[in-house]
Amino acid sequence: MSLTTESSTNFWLTRPFSERSTQIFLGVLLAALALVTILHVAVPPDNPLHVGAYTVNLFGKYLSYALLAVAVDLVWGYLGILSLGHGAFFAIGGYAMGMYLMRQIGERGTYGHPVLPDFMVFLNWDSLPWYWLGFDMAWFAFAMVLIAPGLLALVFGFLAFRSRVTGVYLSIITQALTFALMLAFFRNEMGFGGNNGLTDFRELLGYNLRSNDTRLGLFLATGVALGLGYILCRAIVTSKLGRVSIATRDAEARTRFLGYRVERFQLFVFVVSAMLAGLAGALYVPQVGIINPSEFSPIFSIEIVLWVALGGRATLYGAVIGAILVNYAKTVFTGVMPDAWLFALGAMFVLVTVFLPKGVAGLFRHLKRKQRATSTLADKPNNTPEEVSA
Amino acid sequence: MSFLQSLSQRDRVFDFMAPQASPVDVRHGPILYLEDVTVSFDGFKAINNLNLTIDDGELRCIIGPNGAGKTTMMGIITGKTRPNSGSVWFGSRHNLLQMNEPEIASLGIGRKFQKPTVFEALSVFENLELAMAADKRIFPTLTARMTGEIKDRIDEVLETIGLAALRHQLAGILSHGQKQWLEIGMLLMQRPRLLLVDEPVAGMTEQEMERTAELLTGLAGKQSVVVVEHDMGFVRSIARQVTVLHQGSVLAEGTMDQVASDPKVVEVYLGADDEEAA
Repeated sequence: MSLTTESSTNFWLTRPFSERSTQIFLGVLLAALALVTILHVAVPPDNPLHVGAYTVNLFGKYLSYALLAVAVDLVWGYLGILSLGHGAFFAIGGYAMGMYLMRQIGERGTYGHPVLPDFMVFLNWDSLPWYWLGFDMAWFAFAMVLIAPGLLALVFGFLAFRSRVTGVYLSIITQALTFALMLAFFRNEMGFGGNNGLTDFRELLGYNLRSNDTRLGLFLATGVALGLGYILCRAIVTSKLGRVSIATRDAEARTRFLGYRVERFQLFVFVVSAMLAGLAGALYVPQVGIINPSEFSPIFSIEIVLWVALGGRATLYGAVIGAILVNYAKTVFTGVMPDAWLFALGAMFVLVTVFLPKGVAGLFRHLKRKQRATSTLADKPNNTPEEVSA
Repeated sequence: MSFLQSLSQRDRVFDFMAPQASPVDVRHGPILYLEDVTVSFDGFKAINNLNLTIDDGELRCIIGPNGAGKTTMMGIITGKTRPNSGSVWFGSRHNLLQMNEPEIASLGIGRKFQKPTVFEALSVFENLELAMAADKRIFPTLTARMTGEIKDRIDEVLETIGLAALRHQLAGILSHGQKQWLEIGMLLMQRPRLLLVDEPVAGMTEQEMERTAELLTGLAGKQSVVVVEHDMGFVRSIARQVTVLHQGSVLAEGTMDQVASDPKVVEVYLGADDEEAA
């Protein structure tokens, strides 16, 4: 971290590309995307190496979770704000995408109404609520994917940070936020499909969501979004603003004393994180084919934090590893013995906390440091600064 | 992107090319001037008709027993405490009693608190970078670049505080004394005219004290420095001018030897403390 500071004279958005860890991350991500694509398209289905459409879809889902975890790590790892409500931003982004997909169904719904989604016909509504207007246009819906969660985070964050609510209290409020939204979205009168949510999607930008090619496309799009989101977060983290965030995390009063308006920095990072979470939700929904209020559930938001903790906080790539690892384990366990999954999750969390307090990423760092220590042992003595003895 | 880029560039030139011009007028000598200042807390006079003048570039030590009003005096100068009466001037132009804390800080009065607080997860270099006087709004901070001028300024301060060799170390692994120096360095990054240093050597080893003495005497001349300290040995090693406070007003003023031989001072403070120190 410190080594990059002095050499980083370039433009802030391109700064991450000169970092070793970002290069490795992007390399691995691109290789994984290419490998899955090749194994899916070029390898015949009867070959054991073939990756089926189901698996591609599953990987796509993991990648959207990974993007969500990166968003959480940005606020938790670097800003010290433990948000237990990031599921809310994820779900709102998902709902924005879901509303667009609902409008795309058109007359093909069960009731065949040209404008109203099925659940509104069922509720005997005769026109669209105002907030559904415009969602038939892709550009508007896609903009809303970022704007809606960003706006919620802006208002919520403005109130919270202005009153200097941080720490445990903020965590509790974020938890309350997502719980309140869950209850609200459960209500049919809200106009978001109640507890059934939005489903029965057909097309995205004219592509049939049930075709294998669209699934592959969505998987790749999610991978690209993860890469871009990662670069953005890395750019923020390696900028001076990132160092102000770390300073805020560790000594908020001192940072304020240096002349930084801490609450504004917190708000900025929080809003960026919420928008990334919304994007993740929007990519998640077409791949699983449904969005319902369960995404708002407090348990889900806590689970996201668990992924980040397992992977390693304040590394960003650790969040990606954690999200993929835990969700892969979840897929395996819930398939093999569904009842044992929660025990396995608990065990994983306990084991990591005890043996790898800095997560899986901490293990990597530890091994790397060990390697470096042994290789530089020879020229060590002349590097001891005289100040140490003073 | 090119729009953002140009914006950031303009900001950079705007901020760092022009060093903060200090508007402080010191043509008449003193940089800090307290006259007849009185502060009472519920009838108890913490500061009682205090008169104090600090010359530009001077290094002044302020000593006194507990409750003599040293910390309260620091609070008055930085705008934290409001006196009941009296006047406080910074140079001959700025009436500090009409200004609030941030305004006073931006005039160039820096205060170092007793307990060092540095950002432990950041390197020494980065700590100084954050402390630097710069545009501290969000987008200029996001797009800030490391320019030659900034680097030179940080290097200069690193040399001054003697931490140049540790620039890439995390501040968290520094010793207590090194953290104190880093904190002084963070104050220096803001180019202060007057440094208020509260008990700089508390908890330091002998060698660390020596280094701190060198550092503070080195700063005098370029900045005015006011040191509040309990440790008599340390004060003796750096002081040219010593002010002894007692019950909220000045008891004696002069060189260390003059002050130490003043019978009033010996009575209230020095005698007892010197034996302890010896």
